[in-house]
Amino acid sequence: MSADCDLVVIGAGPAGMAASVTAVELGLSVVLLDEQRAPGGQIYRDVEAPGLARPAVLGPDYDRGKALAAALRSTKLEYLPDTSVWQLSRDLEIGLHRDGRARFIKARKVIVAAGAMERPMPIPGWTLPGVMTAGAGQVLLKSAGIIPTGPVVLAGSGPLLLLLAWQYLRAGLKVDALLDTTPLGNYFSAAPMLPKALTAPGYIIKGLKLLVELRMSGIRMLSGISRLTAMGHERLGSIEFVRGSRTEVIPTKLLMLHQGVVPNTHIAVAAGCEQDWDTTQLCWKTRCDEWGATSVQGLFVAGDGAGIMGALASEHTGRLAALGVAYTLGKLGGAELQRRAAPEHSARLEQLRARPFLDTLYRPAEDFRLPADDTLLCRCEEVTAGEVRLAVGLGCAGPNQAKSYTRCGMGPCQGRVCGGMVSELIARERRMPVGEAGFYRVRPPLKPITLEQLANAATD
Amino acid sequence: MNTEFDIGVVGGGLVGVAAAQGMVGVGRRVVLFDEGDVAFRASRGNFGLVWVQGKGVDFPSYADWTRSSAELWPAFARELEAETGVRLGYSRPGGLELCMHDADYAAREAKLARLSKATEGRFEYEMLDGRALRERLPDVSTKVAGASYCPHDGHVNPLFLLRALHQSFVQRGGRYLPDHGVSAVRARHSGFEVRAGGRDWRCGRVLLAAGLGNIQLAPMLGLTLPLRPNRGQVLVTERVRPFLHLPTVQLRQTVEGSLLIGDSHEDVGFDEATVGQVMSGIARHAVTAFPMLKDLRLARAWGALRIMTSDGYPVYQESKDCPGAFVTGCHSGVTLAAVHAQRLGSWVNGNTLPEISAFSTERFNV
Amino acid sequence: MFKSLPEQAQKVSVTIEDRTVQVPAHWSVAAAVLVQDMDSTRDSPVTGAPRAPYCLMGVCFECLTEIDGEPNQQACLRQVREGMVIKRQCGARRVLS
Repeated sequence: MSADCDLVVIGAGPAGMAASVTAVELGLSVVLLDEQRAPGGQIYRDVEAPGLARPAVLGPDYDRGKALAAALRSTKLEYLPDTSVWQLSRDLEIGLHRDGRARFIKARKVIVAAGAMERPMPIPGWTLPGVMTAGAGQVLLKSAGIIPTGPVVLAGSGPLLLLLAWQYLRAGLKVDALLDTTPLGNYFSAAPMLPKALTAPGYIIKGLKLLVELRMSGIRMLSGISRLTAMGHERLGSIEFVRGSRTEVIPTKLLMLHQGVVPNTHIAVAAGCEQDWDTTQLCWKTRCDEWGATSVQGLFVAGDGAGIMGALASEHTGRLAALGVAYTLGKLGGAELQRRAAPEHSARLEQLRARPFLDTLYRPAEDFRLPADDTLLCRCEEVTAGEVRLAVGLGCAGPNQAKSYTRCGMGPCQGRVCGGMVSELIARERRMPVGEAGFYRVRPPLKPITLEQLANAATD
Repeated sequence: MNTEFDIGVVGGGLVGVAAAQGMVGVGRRVVLFDEGDVAFRASRGNFGLVWVQGKGVDFPSYADWTRSSAELWPAFARELEAETGVRLGYSRPGGLELCMHDADYAAREAKLARLSKATEGRFEYEMLDGRALRERLPDVSTKVAGASYCPHDGHVNPLFLLRALHQSFVQRGGRYLPDHGVSAVRARHSGFEVRAGGRDWRCGRVLLAAGLGNIQLAPMLGLTLPLRPNRGQVLVTERVRPFLHLPTVQLRQTVEGSLLIGDSHEDVGFDEATVGQVMSGIARHAVTAFPMLKDLRLARAWGALRIMTSDGYPVYQESKDCPGAFVTGCHSGVTLAAVHAQRLGSWVNGNTLPEISAFSTERFNV
Repeated sequence: MFKSLPEQAQKVSVTIEDRTVQVPAHWSVAAAVLVQDMDSTRDSPVTGAPRAPYCLMGVCFECLTEIDGEPNQQACLRQVREGMVIKRQCGARRVLS
C-alpha cells in the first residue's frame, strides 16, 4: 500500500498541534487525527468553544491552547476530528474510524502524540458510581461548563487536584474537603530539588498562589492521608479516611480522585515500540531519542506520551519530532535542523526544570498504587488484585499470563487503566524490577469498531 | 546418574502441561519447564474447540485418536473442575462446519462419508441442507448452502483449561519452572541434562513438548521433526447475551458471552501480529454467513502460531539414538488434552501406545 | 450531583431513560447523563454491578450507554443531537439491538 501522505500525527493536544503546524511549515503533507471533536487534547479541551464563564474560571494557562488551535486552523493540512485510531502497524498502516466507517491509510512517517491519562487510584470502592477522576471534573468544566452541586470531596495528590479545587472556587463552589495523600516524607525528599524547580518559568509561584488562595478560602484541607475508602450501596454514599491515628467518615455523593497522570502508551505499544519503566514517575513510557524517534522505524512520539512533561514542554517536543521527521524525509539538511532545533531543545529543558521536584513531591505511596486483595484491579472484567496475586503464586511469569489466567486486561479498555498496576503488582510479588516484569501485549483493533465496519475497511 | 526428577517436560503449553499433569498424578517426580511471559505460546491463541468432525479423513488413526479424546473429555472436565475449582466452560452440544456453496457441500459430504467408512461407522455425522441448517440455526444467512453436523463436537475455554491443568499439576506435587526456557538437552548415561535458568537439571526421562521450540531442541536428542509456524488470527467481540448454542469451526459464543471469530492460515514465519487486512477478511466472512452479527463491536483480536507438521497430523516419537527422550507436537492441544493427560504418561514411562504408532517421525522419511 | 454554570447555549431535546430534557447542544452524552443525577448509568455485563462514568476522556469505557438503539457507545465521545434517545446499558447487549 503506497503512502497517502508524508506524516500522520495522532492526537491534537499541544504536542500534536505544534508538530502538525511545524511539519507543514517544513513542506510536509500532514494528516492530523484526533478522537475529540475539536483540537486541544485534554489539557486544552474544547479551548475553541466560546463559553463566557470559562476563561475566568479556568485560569490564564488555558488560553495558551487558543493560540495553538488558531495556528492549527490557519495551516494547510488534513485535520480529521471525531476519528479513532484502531490500528497502527509496524509498517505504519493506520486503521482509522470516522463517521461510522473504518478504513486504512498509509503514512511515510507517524508521530504519536496521544498524551496522558489519569493514573488510576484503586482505593476500595473506586468503581462505585459517584467516584470519578479529577480529570473528569475538569473535562466537565471545560467542555460543558458543569460543576458539582455538592457535596464533593477531592482526594489524592498532585497539582491538578489543587487546580481543580481552585477552579471550582472561582466558579462559586467550595469543595467539602480536599484530602491530600502526598506522603509527608516526600516533602523532605523533594526539598533538595526545589532550587532548580524555582528556575522553571512560573511553576512554583503559580502553585503557591493557588495554595494560598485555597487556604484562605476556608476549604477544609487535610494532608498526610494514609488510607481512603469509598463506601456505599450501589453508589457512593460516604468516604472514610485515616490520618495519623484518626479515622473519619465524610458523607458525600461525589469523590474526585487524582494522583498524577501517566503516559497513554496504548497505541505505541500496539505498534511494537519498546517501553521503559520510569522509576521516578512510576509509569511506562515509550523509549525514544531526543527527536522522539522510537524503536519502530518511522514512528516518533511527542508530548506526555513520551514521559510526563506538561503542556508547554509537550509543544517543544512536538516541534522537535516534526523537525526529526522532516530531516528523515530529506526536507532539510543537518545544519538547518540543528539551527531550528536548538531553541526548542533549550525551551524544553527550561520547562522541565520543575519536573524532578514535582515528580518527587507527588510520588504516590505504594499503598495507593497497588490495590488491596479485595479491591478490583481490572475494572472492566471485575478481577481483584488478590486474584492476580494468586495467579502469580501459581507461576504466572508476567502480565500476559496473568491476563490469560484471570481475564484481567481482557475488557473493553484493553488494559489501558489496569496495565501499569498489573506490571507493578507482578513485579512486587515476584520481587523483580518492574521493567523486567513486562506489560500487556496490545493488538488491534484498539477501538471497538463493528464487524461490518472492519469487513468493509479493506475494500473502502 | 542421580536424577532430581523422573521426568522433565519441556514446554508449559497445553500439550506439555496435560502430559505432565497426567504423569504426576500417578506418583512420579515431574518438572515442567516453561518460558517467560512473552513467548510464542500457541496455547494462548487457541480457539477452544474440542473437535472431531473432519479430522483424519485420510488418516484413520488420527480420527480414532481424536475421537477417543473427545469421549474422555466430559469426565476429564468434571474431574479437573472438581479438583481445581476452575470453571472450564466446557460443553458438548455437537458442532457445525458451514459450507458456503453447493460444491463445498458436496465435497464435504463425500469427505465425511469416506471418514465414516474408514472408521467403520464409529464417526457419526449429519449433512444439513440449507433448510435443515436454518432450522437448527435460524440466524444463518441464506447464502450458506448447508453444513455438516457432528454430535461428538464441543468447546471449552482454552485459557481456563490451561490454568486448571497448571493448578492441578502443582497441586499434585509437580514442580513448575516459569522463566526457564530450555536452551539445551543432553543425553547422559541413564538420564538427561536439561539446561535452563542457568543450570543443568537431571531428569530420568525427557518429553519435548515445546511447540515451535522443538525445532531447535529435537535434533539435540537425535530426533528430526519438520515443523513450521502457521499463523491464525482470531477476533473477539463484546459480550453478548447467549444466542448461539452451537459452535462452528469459525464462530462460537463463549460462556462469558463474547463471540470468537476465526480464522486465517498464513505462512508468515514467526510473526504473531494481527493484520488489519486479514482481520477484515475474517470479519467479512463472518458477516456473510451470519448477517445479524454485523453491528457487534470488537473487543480485541489476537494472532498466534500453530505448530504445523508437514502433513498437519501430530507427532509422537521416542528417540532411537537417545531412548528415554520423547518428542510430541500438534496443533490440537485442546481436543487432545484429555487423551494426553490420560495416556502420554504411560508412553513416556516406556509402554507402547499402539494408537499413536502411526504418528512417528518415520512417516516424514520418504 | 452536577449542574451547569450559567451560559448562553443553544439547546436540544433528548430523552434519557424515558425522560425528555433540554440540554446544551455542545454537550457530550456523558455530560447530559451526569446532570440527571441517576444512581448509575450501566450495569456491568460481568456481575451486573452498577457503574458510572469515571475518566470522561475515552480511556476507561465505564460510560458505555445505549444511544439511539446502539448498545455500548462511549457516551463521553458522543455529542448530543436533537431527538437522541439515551438509555442505560443493562449488562451484555442482545445480538440484535
